[in-house]
Amino acid sequence: MTKAFERPKALADVQQHYCPGCTHGIIHRLVAEAMDCLDINGKTVGVAPVGCAVFAYNYFNCDMQQAAHGRAPAVATGVKRVHPDNIVFTYQGDGDLAAIGTAEMIHAAARGENITIIFVNNAIYGMTGGQMAPTTLAGQVTQTTPYGRNTQTQGYPISVCEILATIEGVAYLERVSVDNVKNIRGAKKAIEKAFRYQKEDKGFTLIEILSTCPTNWGLTPLESLDWLRDNMMPHYPLGIFKDKGEDKA
Amino acid sequence: MSEKLLMKGNEAISEAAIQAGCRYFFGYPITPQNEIPAYMSKRMPKVNGLYLQAESEVSAINMVYGAAGAGARVMTSSSSPGISLKQEGISYIAGSELPCVIVNIVRGGPGLGGIQPAQSDYFQSVKGGGHGDYKLVVLVPSSVQEAVDMTIEAFDIADMYRMPVMILGDGLLGQMMEPVVFKSYEPRQILEKTWGTTGTEGKRKPNIINSLYIDPKDLEDKNIERFERYKYIEKNEVQVEVVDCEDVDIVLIAYGTMARVVKSAMKIAREQGYKVGVIRPLTVWPFPTEAICKVARTAKAFLTIEMSMGQMVEDVKLAVNGQKPVYFYGRTGGMVPTPNDIVEEIKKISGGEKL
Amino acid sequence: MAKVTFNEDRCKGCELCTTVCPKHIVIMAQDRINVKGFHPAQVTEQDKCIGCAFCATICPDVVIEVEK
Repeated sequence: MTKAFERPKALADVQQHYCPGCTHGIIHRLVAEAMDCLDINGKTVGVAPVGCAVFAYNYFNCDMQQAAHGRAPAVATGVKRVHPDNIVFTYQGDGDLAAIGTAEMIHAAARGENITIIFVNNAIYGMTGGQMAPTTLAGQVTQTTPYGRNTQTQGYPISVCEILATIEGVAYLERVSVDNVKNIRGAKKAIEKAFRYQKEDKGFTLIEILSTCPTNWGLTPLESLDWLRDNMMPHYPLGIFKDKGEDKA
Repeated sequence: MSEKLLMKGNEAISEAAIQAGCRYFFGYPITPQNEIPAYMSKRMPKVNGLYLQAESEVSAINMVYGAAGAGARVMTSSSSPGISLKQEGISYIAGSELPCVIVNIVRGGPGLGGIQPAQSDYFQSVKGGGHGDYKLVVLVPSSVQEAVDMTIEAFDIADMYRMPVMILGDGLLGQMMEPVVFKSYEPRQILEKTWGTTGTEGKRKPNIINSLYIDPKDLEDKNIERFERYKYIEKNEVQVEVVDCEDVDIVLIAYGTMARVVKSAMKIAREQGYKVGVIRPLTVWPFPTEAICKVARTAKAFLTIEMSMGQMVEDVKLAVNGQKPVYFYGRTGGMVPTPNDIVEEIKKISGGEKL
Repeated sequence: MAKVTFNEDRCKGCELCTTVCPKHIVIMAQDRINVKGFHPAQVTEQDKCIGCAFCATICPDVVIEVEK
């Protein structure tokens, strides 16, 4: 018998600290699978954020840098400019990318920086205990929106893919989800495609991945998948928002 | 490039960085250091280096972090408010033990302050403007030539000790033009950077650039290990100029461009019969404590002169350690003391009013 | 005939895998707990497994290996 499914080489064989049922774990594996498929482990440098994925530098079998909160795209820019032939990716949550790191996100895109951003959108700050994030939905209860996010006083959620789609330097943007097997496979293809675009110097690529946070949503892992489908998907439609290099191959 | 050139301080510093092998510069516009990014954007492409203008000083210092972590010689520059924005990044760079050079062309502060020269960022640079236990080596040039020599040496110091090094200038130094020679420089012995994130190429374990140590014992060990290096630096990297301080009444202490004004004041005061000497730190971290302490045995008093409300004066007091009185004279906000202002202070101190 | 193996001590008992198996053979063990104190996922009717790896695909902790 042959292995039909096993741990990707690019994923370190270590226990991950994520909460039970948190889909960060799935996304880490998809990134590692994409790296294995493109055989780029030895050439890849990852940049970990501040947030639940802050320990990501322990979870990938490639060189990693841990960046200050929100600054991963800038750190990745520094790495990429020194080693343009390397594949450089950042792995960031919604607080890291779309709150404190908004300027770094938009300007990396505007520069057409040839990096790939893995953007995990779970509509909440996880590591710090469930505060409102820039992608927290209207009415969503969080630790800092205990009465539900009031758009009059706490503003509206930010749709990153839609925003970045207006930026010239962006080569590929897709929003995917990991709530079921079909979508997970779609997410894997999207991540692989983003890395491949980077390999072909096409410019800035970002994959937004709808993800769950059972602990801070106050739901079981399975209920969280339902909540994601019922609440996040309507507001954050899946699909490709920009694709500079229609894949002719 | 060994012949004599007339160059503006900012441009000379930029050329020095390139001569030192720096090929990555991340900048952002702010007066009075704008000639540095301008020069870099013209010159770097010629040496197939990179000039990149970031969206903010915060972003720029984090680009420096990434490039330094990837093993490159990298520099950034700014002026006071911009350097404040970089403090978190500098703390991360120190915590991750990354080498880089940071140039601060100081201007009047706080807040938006002014654009004239000042020395009011001394505490921020020497005592650490970011969070946590860390130090920067801080070099304080007082001429364009010295700014060149120090910038070149800064890259070696940074690589040797794997830490951020600051060139602490001011608007005067940045804007004035002086003749300068790019001498051949004997580089220091630097270990190969095997720790950079260059891609494992399947040949080694992953390199990780990181300052997070969630286990407090690990973080403490890291800090203690780094402070062992700082102790070594304090013993071996102090640079100070002591001018005629044997058997004098008052020792004037000043750094950077201020020291030039103070030397003129010394000449005038000596002509008028006052026995004065000058101590000029070339590094304000590591601080020349020993040199000052030694002179304190014979001198009667110290007068520290700064373009601020008095910051280095505290370190002078620590060095003198109560042996003798330490006085301060300063102008701030971009005002520059004149030699005669200082001679008046010397008279007041000598005239028994204060001695 | 396919085979799934569970690295039980890595399982966090999140149960995601139990909802995607087309043959409904992935269940949570009730008779024991793993080193972390969770009931681990398992397959008892191995012969019904078709090796589709749906369970492994949705597992966040790479607990499951599949052979065909």
